Amino acid sequence: MAQWQGQLIKIDDYRWKIPENYKTGMRVPGLIYASKEMLESMREEQTPEQVANVAFLPGIVGYSLAMPDIHWGYGFPIGGVAAMEIKDGVVSPGGVGYDINCGVRLLRTNLSEAEVRPRINQLINELFHNIPSGLGSEGKIKTDQKEMARLMVEGARWAVKRGFGYEEDLGVTEEGGCLAGAEPGKVSDKAIKRGMPQAGTLGSGNHFLEIQVVKEIFDSHIASIMGITKIGQILVLIHTGSRGFGHQVCTDHLRVMEQVVSKYGIKLPDRQLACAPIESKEGQDYLAAMACAANYAWANRQCIAHWVRESFAKVFGKSAEQLGMKQIYDVAHNIAKIEEHIVDGRKLKVCVHRKGATRAFPPEHKDVPQCYQKTGQPVLVPGDMGRCSFVAVGTEKAMRESFGSTCHGAGRVLSRGAAKRSIKGADVIRELESKGIVVKAGSVSALAEEASEAYKDVTEVVNVVHQAGISRKVAMAIPIGVIKG
Amino acid sequence: MKKAFEIIDHTADVGIIAYGANVKELFSNAALALFSLITNLRSVEEKLHLNLEVSSEDGESLLVEWLNELIYLFDVKHILFKRFDIESLTHNQLKATGYGENFDPMKHKIKIGVKAATYHMLKVDKNGDGCKAQVIFDI
Repeated sequence: MAQWQGQLIKIDDYRWKIPENYKTGMRVPGLIYASKEMLESMREEQTPEQVANVAFLPGIVGYSLAMPDIHWGYGFPIGGVAAMEIKDGVVSPGGVGYDINCGVRLLRTNLSEAEVRPRINQLINELFHNIPSGLGSEGKIKTDQKEMARLMVEGARWAVKRGFGYEEDLGVTEEGGCLAGAEPGKVSDKAIKRGMPQAGTLGSGNHFLEIQVVKEIFDSHIASIMGITKIGQILVLIHTGSRGFGHQVCTDHLRVMEQVVSKYGIKLPDRQLACAPIESKEGQDYLAAMACAANYAWANRQCIAHWVRESFAKVFGKSAEQLGMKQIYDVAHNIAKIEEHIVDGRKLKVCVHRKGATRAFPPEHKDVPQCYQKTGQPVLVPGDMGRCSFVAVGTEKAMRESFGSTCHGAGRVLSRGAAKRSIKGADVIRELESKGIVVKAGSVSALAEEASEAYKDVTEVVNVVHQAGISRKVAMAIPIGVIKG
Repeated sequence: MKKAFEIIDHTADVGIIAYGANVKELFSNAALALFSLITNLRSVEEKLHLNLEVSSEDGESLLVEWLNELIYLFDVKHILFKRFDIESLTHNQLKATGYGENFDPMKHKIKIGVKAATYHMLKVDKNGDGCKAQVIFDI
């Protein structure tokens, strides 16, 4: 494909604007956070075109935003953020993505690398055994329709009530692990049938569980508030979402919106951007079903966190409490939220679509947990399994210019097929082993798709958002053990 | 014989281009392409059959709906299909019989988990030579 030839106006070293007049139909300009070096691959991939397409959506305010980890998605780019005014704006399932509330949860421990290394194989085997993963994996959680309905409404709390984890986990989960407005009646039978057997499973694809070692601390004060106190400390990162349930919710509602786009007189440059007014029946139905899927994902990560604690307790012969296994935070990467933001000096109620982007609220924001009121909301940015992951915090600047949002990860550079053709799963395992990383995967061939080479370097991504000021780096950790579905 | 389908690569995902002498064949080949992404079709036997019916608003969305129905059946009922008889096909409705068997982990290797057929870059073309369709899947 030819390179994208549109105009990118440099604002500063990390901000590039797509002017509103690039394409007739754009309602706002586009704004891409990137280093100069990153722009080349974005042009190659045509992603600025998708940023421009999102700017067509009715009610969009400010900018159609793109984070530095942006890559080509369906309709909306992955790494895109768009806020629509409630009163005349739209909500688009494609602006959230199929894996609704795909997100990450970070647990800390008081264990050190020296204590964990000798038992890493045993630990990974125990985790692999205890946490269902892989394609079509089915969970240990048995639910009937009634229980599923409760799970959809209560989210992580549903799991805590049933003994999975602690009440205090909820306090350090975005939205308390429960997005309001969930209505199980807006979810199809198909979604429920797909969701029931998969509750409490890690899944496949880019989902993973990592045992990590803290390698660098950039802000020791903030890190210590998160309980990250020393280099060599062991952390656990869980990355999963709403499984087949969220996919079916997205599929069902995309179909509905596909049909009503013309009824509402909305013109779109791509069918996958299908949307409906936020205040319409179709818009409200989607938001109610999306909340169910978001809650499903939070319940899912809550259960998995519990099994992680159980597995550590078994391997180290101490309770999870004795091992200091507290939750640092849990964030959504794919979600639409009704929030208040200041746009051009006006306080507006907007629907913020974050598709492959993280909420990054500043210190003293009412939605930031008490313990992080002084630091800002923790932002968790996983990298690929051969590199590293970051912990950051939200900033006032993010609130002012990116609707309180920042990047979410590394972002793919190689298609899965291209990765598979050029890299062998067995080589990935050997390479990771040579770096001291133990991997256990449901499918060895699928590992190649997730090799480091398939991703941008997350360090470059995080450096851009740090330099741009829309989040601040706190700590960096590298994996020593990985479970892949 | 003209090829039935080919696989296309997309940064985060994967897609298919299906061909057919007519629309029925196109829908059948698109479904075979889907199952060939999931597993090796040669390992699937015709042990069961299922009546399938989907409806939609237009030909393009009917194709997405059809493929999503099959993805759903695999995810929930674990059925791998290897052949389809498309009995009737209008611009907004399809009736077919699918032949295949239940997924058996000892027998079938799952290549990728396909989670949804998308409207993204969706194309259905008809010309004198026949039909062609492009679909991108979320995996």
